[in-house]
Amino acid sequence: MNLNPLRLSPQTLRRSRPWAVLLSLAAAFVTWELVSRFSGLPAFILPAPEQVAVRFWRALRQDNLLLHTAVTLSEILLGLLSGTLTAVGLGYAVAKSRLFERLAAPYLVASQAIPVVAIAPLLVIWFGPGMFSKVLICALIVFFPVLVNTVVGLRAVPRALHDLMRSLRARRGQIIRLLEVPAALPVLLGGLRIGATLSVIGAVVGELVGADRGLGFLINTARGLYDTALVFVAVFTLIALALALYALVAGLEKKFLSWQESHE
Amino acid sequence: MVPPILTVRELSVTFPDSNGGLDALGSASFEIYPQEFVCLLGPSGSGKSTLLRVLAGLLQPTGGEVVFAGGQPKIGMVFQQANLMPWRTALENITLPLELENVPPAERRARAQALIELVGLSGFEQAWPRDLSGGMAQRVAIARALIHDPDLLLLDEPFGSLDALTRERMWEELSRIWQARQKTVLMVTHSIGESLFLADRVLVLSQRPGRVKFEMKVDLPRPRADEMRYTPHFSKLAKRLKEAIE
Ligand SMILES: Nc1ncnc2c1ncn2[C@@H]1O[C@H](COP(=O)(O)OP(=O)(O)O)[C@@H](O)[C@H]1O
Ligand SMILES: [Mg+2]
Repeated sequence: MNLNPLRLSPQTLRRSRPWAVLLSLAAAFVTWELVSRFSGLPAFILPAPEQVAVRFWRALRQDNLLLHTAVTLSEILLGLLSGTLTAVGLGYAVAKSRLFERLAAPYLVASQAIPVVAIAPLLVIWFGPGMFSKVLICALIVFFPVLVNTVVGLRAVPRALHDLMRSLRARRGQIIRLLEVPAALPVLLGGLRIGATLSVIGAVVGELVGADRGLGFLINTARGLYDTALVFVAVFTLIALALALYALVAGLEKKFLSWQESHE
Repeated sequence: MVPPILTVRELSVTFPDSNGGLDALGSASFEIYPQEFVCLLGPSGSGKSTLLRVLAGLLQPTGGEVVFAGGQPKIGMVFQQANLMPWRTALENITLPLELENVPPAERRARAQALIELVGLSGFEQAWPRDLSGGMAQRVAIARALIHDPDLLLLDEPFGSLDALTRERMWEELSRIWQARQKTVLMVTHSIGESLFLADRVLVLSQRPGRVKFEMKVDLPRPRADEMRYTPHFSKLAKRLKEAIE
């Protein structure tokens, strides 16, 4: 499962020049403007950039855009948090105990085999159209990649460092805090980066299936009213959320993994 | 005479394997006295690392006993590889044992400072392990093994991965550190020269399953210098060790 075939790591992004990013954004907007102006497509198919901008300000005042954004963001963050905590906890048990691994493996593999997107309607039926069902969907979708990365990260802790800690009579908690967590952190944060992206998808899918607020709900409503400019507003807001989360994980990596950075 | 700080009696270790178990150590017995520097020589696979792992409490022996005068000792260990934590600076690696003993940060740094000078690492305190040469990394490992003032220093071929020049410089530094710190040392090596340069006494292990089959005092005067290696007495001791190993 390669979710990042272009290897778009934070390092790649940091290396790209700001002017190059601005230039490519400007080119996209100009193209969009030209197409919307000269193609003759009506605004409910393709609104022009300035129409979307105007709609954005109106959405802020009239359509509770901030509330919907806050709802979706909360679902994403709560889902990410609970999914990550569960996955790290179970991952620790799997990495440490062969017995537990054998007992849990069938369920873990099954949890991966079920497409969460397909059971989203079921979860909404069971847990209602409120935030809880979306948090659950996010948590489920985040769970597996984080669990796998936790196990891989913990298994990769060199035996020699375990020997060192034991020869110094380190206690269990000290081994976790001073050896296992830092050693597994690079791989764990890699899992979190995948998880953060996935949880945005999870929240929106859940909201599209059935919700009374959130950006997915807003998209559904706007689509029904042929208010395509509002769909654009919601989509751009989602993109901003996803980028912010990505930046958050990248920030964590920068803070905790500076020892890995090359000195070129 | 002072009683030994460590007594090993008929120690044996058998690793489980498909055909009835692999005997790594077979009835090894010896003593080590306070502030003595003992080298353990033996062919590879004779159970030297296994023996150190038992002494460090990393492995339960199958038979025999290990008695430390004065109860469980504090151990400082240096392995063939430096085994530094790559996410800690040189200084933070050195102070790890103190962190495990909950020594406050200011005191940790103060105690590290003296050692950093002793092992010749001044100016490298904030370096990441990835930026240290093999010799520098091994100095960090030695400082880390000394900082919590251990009762027994266990060194498992600590200079095996270094080039010959660096290795000989490290011998001199280790002798100097040992004399400054007055530690009891058990060091595994397979270099006769290294053991004669450093040790008060050399133990020779037999082929697997290892047991102590020969023991020799090294009565060369200290401090030992490079020229000593060309004296007839040094050659005589080296020859005796070589014959004992074969
Ligand atoms: N954990 C282990 N499990 C099984 N066999 C081992 C283990 N550790 C060492 N051995 C075996 O025990 C013998 C002695 O190993 P070791 O103590 O590393 O020798 P030395 O350090 O003298 O080269 C070797 O044959 C080695 O393969
Ligand atoms: Mg060995």
